[in-house]
Amino acid sequence: MKQGRLQQYLGFAILGACALFVVIILFVILYDIAVQGAGTISWSFLSEPPRAGMTEGGILPAIIGTFFVTIITAAFSVPLGVGAAIYLSEYAVEGRLTRWIRASIRNLAGVPSIVYGLFGVALFVRAMSLGTSMVSAGLTLGLLTLPWIITTAEEAFQTVPKSYREGSLALGATTWQTIWRNVLPYAFPGILTGAILGISRAAGETAPILFTGVAFFLPQLPGSLMDQFMALPYHLYIMSTQHHAIEEVRPLAYGTALVLIVLVFFLNLTAIIIRYRLRKKYQR
Amino acid sequence: MSLPAKVETKNLNMFYGDNQVLHDINIKILPNKVTALIGPSGCGKSTLLRCFNRLNELIVGTRVEGEILLDNKNIYENGMDVVDIRRKVGLIFQKPNPFPKSIYDNVAFGLKINGTKDRKQISETVEKSLADTGLWEEVKDRLNTSALDLSGGQQQRLCIARALAIEPEVILMDEPTSALDPAATFKVEELVSQLKKKYTIIIVTHNMQQAGRVSDYTGFLYLGKLVEFGRTNEVFTRPKEKLTENYISGRFG
Repeated sequence: MKQGRLQQYLGFAILGACALFVVIILFVILYDIAVQGAGTISWSFLSEPPRAGMTEGGILPAIIGTFFVTIITAAFSVPLGVGAAIYLSEYAVEGRLTRWIRASIRNLAGVPSIVYGLFGVALFVRAMSLGTSMVSAGLTLGLLTLPWIITTAEEAFQTVPKSYREGSLALGATTWQTIWRNVLPYAFPGILTGAILGISRAAGETAPILFTGVAFFLPQLPGSLMDQFMALPYHLYIMSTQHHAIEEVRPLAYGTALVLIVLVFFLNLTAIIIRYRLRKKYQR
Repeated sequence: MSLPAKVETKNLNMFYGDNQVLHDINIKILPNKVTALIGPSGCGKSTLLRCFNRLNELIVGTRVEGEILLDNKNIYENGMDVVDIRRKVGLIFQKPNPFPKSIYDNVAFGLKINGTKDRKQISETVEKSLADTGLWEEVKDRLNTSALDLSGGQQQRLCIARALAIEPEVILMDEPTSALDPAATFKVEELVSQLKKKYTIIIVTHNMQQAGRVSDYTGFLYLGKLVEFGRTNEVFTRPKEKLTENYISGRFG
């Protein structure tokens, strides 16, 4: 009995330490970036393009670029991913084909992002002649996000009780009516959370946009979706490793990192709020 | 039993993969009567019930042989519209399963998917269906609140109202009171007795007293076979089969 209690105490302490360790790392990173980046943040930093060989000025083109590319990513990957998830979860008969599809999706999720970048070059930039552009980069990021969206959306569909489907079908609803009216609304919070988390991850990616459309430096804002663009993660990468005056621009790099983190944080916060609201509405 | 049957099975066999779960079922369900299906767990009574609206097909690997006639038309014939069958043959589930929508939207669901657009007609039908299940007085002031806030018994009556709203001809009930307390059970049983004036009702129950109280006819199933079928009072007081007698007297089950 006494030994059992000691084991219990030890187990609790070790697991607690693991959790604490993760939290500490997170806070050290956030604290460092917040403290070092806060001084750089100003209205002009957010609203002006870089100047003087990117040693002065702001990051407006990078913010705008990341914003539009993220929208392209979402517009491409969410409908496609949710559609695929509906097929897999609601229509497809379990069998060799669905097992094969699921295994492929899982493997795709494990492919390094630089491989997506090179694939994007081959498919969008070259084969589809979209050039190095916001569209090419957005679609490449969309491909990267797809496996995640399909998987989380399918999980969301699996949480919908069977009785909602059966109840609807028993009232003479077609499969599509059942999905549209009884399955999707219930799965929606989960789908949305998964989609936003996936997209916010894509917004911070560098490798997939490296060859497909991001630019080192552009003094003006992109005029169309077919233009090259600047992006926050790539700008951060340049400022912290490739710039000719790295020490001098370090505050700008920290500022960029802070903006990127805040952006991702707000996306995640939106996901949490939406999920919380809809959960209250649909689940008890 | 010379009346024309509302629902009739002819040599009905049903398989889950290689496993035969119903054997050669022949049963005649008369209109405006309550027919109870009783038997021990796993005897196939719920499976049989779900054959009547073809809901078994949702499970991969099911196969049906033989015929089920609804008004003398085989519902398993090629080209029969399964959606149309389910509109005529409603099903009440064992566990109340209101949708996570408002009370009003739950009852209106069947009308909306059937393409009814007229708001006045929808709200009239919702009121009538709720009134028919005795729920109207209890919920009329909170039609727009979530159906999930209702008590279990109210939820089950809501599910019945939801089925009534599309005016089915046959109502299947799969142990509709097994999740309810005695008071709520009593209300549902009362409702069943009223509903048979308009509908044909088939009710699966593991509760023999319930079968005795609500049904006109009773079928006893055992190991996927229909052992005995007849008027409820005869099945319960003078069963023809030894097996039925043993079950009803509580010797197994």
